Amino acid sequence: MTHLHVNHKDMKSPFAVEFRHVTKTFGSIKANNDISFKVPKGTVHALVGENGAGKSTAMKILFGLYKEDSGEILVHGKPQHWDSPKDAIKNGIGMVHQHFMLAENLNGLDNIILGDEECTLKLPFIPLPFNVIDRKKAREKISIISEKYGLSVPLNLPISQLTVGMQQRIEILKLLYRDADILILDEPTAVLTPPEVDELFANLKKLKDEGKTILIVTHKLREVLTFTDEITVFRGGSVVGHLMTSDASEQKIASLMVGRKVELRPEVSSPQHLGKHVLSVDNVTIKNLSHKKQANQKNALNKINLSVRAGEIVGIAGVEGNGQSVLLDLIFHPQKYFGPKCSSDSIGSGKVTLLENDVTHKSSAQMSKLVVGFVPEDRHLNGLLLQMSVEENYILGRHKEKKFRRAFFFQNRVQIRKSANFAMEKYDIRPRLVKAFIHGFSGGNQQKLIIARELAKKPNFIVAANPTRGVDIGAIEFIHNKLIGKRDKGAGILLVSSELDEILKLSDRILVFYGGEIVAEYKRHGVDEHTLGLAMCGGCVK
Amino acid sequence: MTILRPILATILSLVLGLLATSLFHESPLHIFKIFLQSGFGSAYDFGMTLTYSVPLILTGLSVSLAFKAGLFNIGAEGQLTMGALAVAVFAALVPLPSLIAPLAGALVAACAGGIWGALVGFLKARRGAHEVIMTIMMNFIAAGISSYVAVYLLKDPNTQNPQTLPILPAFSLTQYSLFNGAPVTFALFLSLLIAVVCWLYLYRTPYGFELRAVGENEHASSTAGIGVQKVQILAMFFSGALAGLVGVGEVMGRVGCFKLDFSPGYGFTGIAVAFLGRCHPLAIIFSGLLFGAIQKGASDLEIFTQNVTSDLALVLQALIILVVSADGLWEKWIPVKKGKA
Repeated sequence: MTHLHVNHKDMKSPFAVEFRHVTKTFGSIKANNDISFKVPKGTVHALVGENGAGKSTAMKILFGLYKEDSGEILVHGKPQHWDSPKDAIKNGIGMVHQHFMLAENLNGLDNIILGDEECTLKLPFIPLPFNVIDRKKAREKISIISEKYGLSVPLNLPISQLTVGMQQRIEILKLLYRDADILILDEPTAVLTPPEVDELFANLKKLKDEGKTILIVTHKLREVLTFTDEITVFRGGSVVGHLMTSDASEQKIASLMVGRKVELRPEVSSPQHLGKHVLSVDNVTIKNLSHKKQANQKNALNKINLSVRAGEIVGIAGVEGNGQSVLLDLIFHPQKYFGPKCSSDSIGSGKVTLLENDVTHKSSAQMSKLVVGFVPEDRHLNGLLLQMSVEENYILGRHKEKKFRRAFFFQNRVQIRKSANFAMEKYDIRPRLVKAFIHGFSGGNQQKLIIARELAKKPNFIVAANPTRGVDIGAIEFIHNKLIGKRDKGAGILLVSSELDEILKLSDRILVFYGGEIVAEYKRHGVDEHTLGLAMCGGCVK
Repeated sequence: MTILRPILATILSLVLGLLATSLFHESPLHIFKIFLQSGFGSAYDFGMTLTYSVPLILTGLSVSLAFKAGLFNIGAEGQLTMGALAVAVFAALVPLPSLIAPLAGALVAACAGGIWGALVGFLKARRGAHEVIMTIMMNFIAAGISSYVAVYLLKDPNTQNPQTLPILPAFSLTQYSLFNGAPVTFALFLSLLIAVVCWLYLYRTPYGFELRAVGENEHASSTAGIGVQKVQILAMFFSGALAGLVGVGEVMGRVGCFKLDFSPGYGFTGIAVAFLGRCHPLAIIFSGLLFGAIQKGASDLEIFTQNVTSDLALVLQALIILVVSADGLWEKWIPVKKGKA
């Protein structure tokens, strides 16, 4: 079923957006190669594809962030060329970026009107910065909009106190405030909890019914199938398929995206035999470090007991911000939480044992002898040296290995290059430029480099936090197989993920975090998606 | 392309700066000739240019090394003051045989500057003090200590000037003079050697890798098991030591004692040298030489012109930095092709 709500105000073209043979190159790379697709007015249109397939580039061209090299973009039937996002916004196009563009300290109202303020006094000689913003009028306008689309938000609270879902609503309101009728949402569900996702799509449906056109860039096929009208599939810079959602299946889209058949959830065998404990966390409680004096001062972690044994994958499920990040951080920087010695003023209590060493009071430098593979949650923050080359990133943390050193304190650069090249080959990291800054690589390729590096340490214990976030389907399969392979060779793996699919597929045991506590534990095959999703929302468990 | 930009910037700002002199009824071309004459006209002049360059190369390296570790060392001035003061006191009081003496002097200068830097590194790493504020304050402390020593503790009684006792002859580097009497000493070769060593250290050893990794991303480095605090302290020590080595050429070479205010702000000019050289140790040799040549070139302006003083050197140096850091200029007006990703 397709929803073709033709906007009667503008009968000239039934299409809100039309790309005609658009090409965009960056250096020698064709990010968009002769892209053509149409988006009918009043529909929710999904753009799917692997990383670097060109969907984001296309959207950035539409939003005026990039300029096309050749080809044409039609908006409401008229050819358009933007010089900057300003032009796009003027013409009714708005974009919600994956990482929100909000000023954390300003309240919702100010964030919505930021850059588009109206003033009470319109004296000719007083420049805007010295004028008084007409917040009353803005508030009225916003309340009309939010009533119309059912998007209620607290306007007086600073952004930092809002949930991610609310922040996203503010972003959407920002667009509507500027009278956008074509909304681009880049990976809108990546950071949302399952109930928030449902709410988002309910809102989007309302927007659609009011005649807005919505473009969604996403990875999550299930959402695509449930909530959209049409799908355009990108691969390698080209459009490879156009489907009506009603005719599509997960398998079909995935195969189009990758260009070959993909097994979405192959059966993973249970572990052969379990070895020693590689991680034990005993009765760990961490006080909340937040400086804000709030009434609900819950502990960041509360009486956590968990262990990982060699040869198993323990999955930690949970909505982000329920203590998983703290747990990960304390495995690698225990001293931050427990202090250098036992003392009463440290914010943590309990005991952490890593590879049979008590590391409770150790600093990360003191632990550098313990070989632990770590795939961090935030690869830019914790995993990469962005302005350094691939080979240098490849040896980060391994730079003192004998293999990479020569006499007189020098690095063995030949060996470093050889190993890095080998890893790029083996993990298919593209483009194959060992000397290029990692900064320029796509997220999926950056992630593959991290996985390659961490697994090359031959660790007995691996911590993988959202190891496939922002990674395309083909690479997800690859990374999962690598992790399972390591497990079968006897490594213990702690997997933290907010993707239910990933947790269910990989984990031999599943622990559910909620509010800093473990609220449920399941065995492989011992739980279905629905129950797990409910458990992650804590309060919903009945 | 990274090389092109500083070179273009230098040419552009020299042209701009020299053109500005025409506002004061001077011929830019004439001024330029004076610059060339004074900077490179004779072996002596060239020697003086090199002499001026040595401290700038060293402070440039000092600032760069800290910067590579993610630390902004504004304190090269204080560190070189402490280095120079320490070597002056040491060379005036400790009799050593003539071959060992200069080496021991260099070591003392490096250690004194290094400790002055490491103190900041320590406070930064352990207590989170901001290195910019700390180094600025340490500059004042160094200035205070050095004037106390030069005016009260170890004042040369044979002169009215605030300076320490002359160094013992064994320490003097002037015995190895080159360039027709210009005080070019082995400090020049020392500074070149050190630039190469810095480069090797930063780009060819795992320790330099750690330093750059910490500068690039503290969190990732710490996660990778690098002792971030240790690296920061060490980087500030090395940075300070490099600045302290200025004392070698100045005290044991050119001057022969510690004169109060002997430095015309080498430590601060070093920041400019470092940025023009993009914090690359080998490039800093050239940016140091350039700044030295500008300084020497301008030094004769008062003699040969009516209206322009040697302060033109400062104007030119400032212009270079302005032009080099004006990103908009390079993106819009002078599109330089980006290297391949």
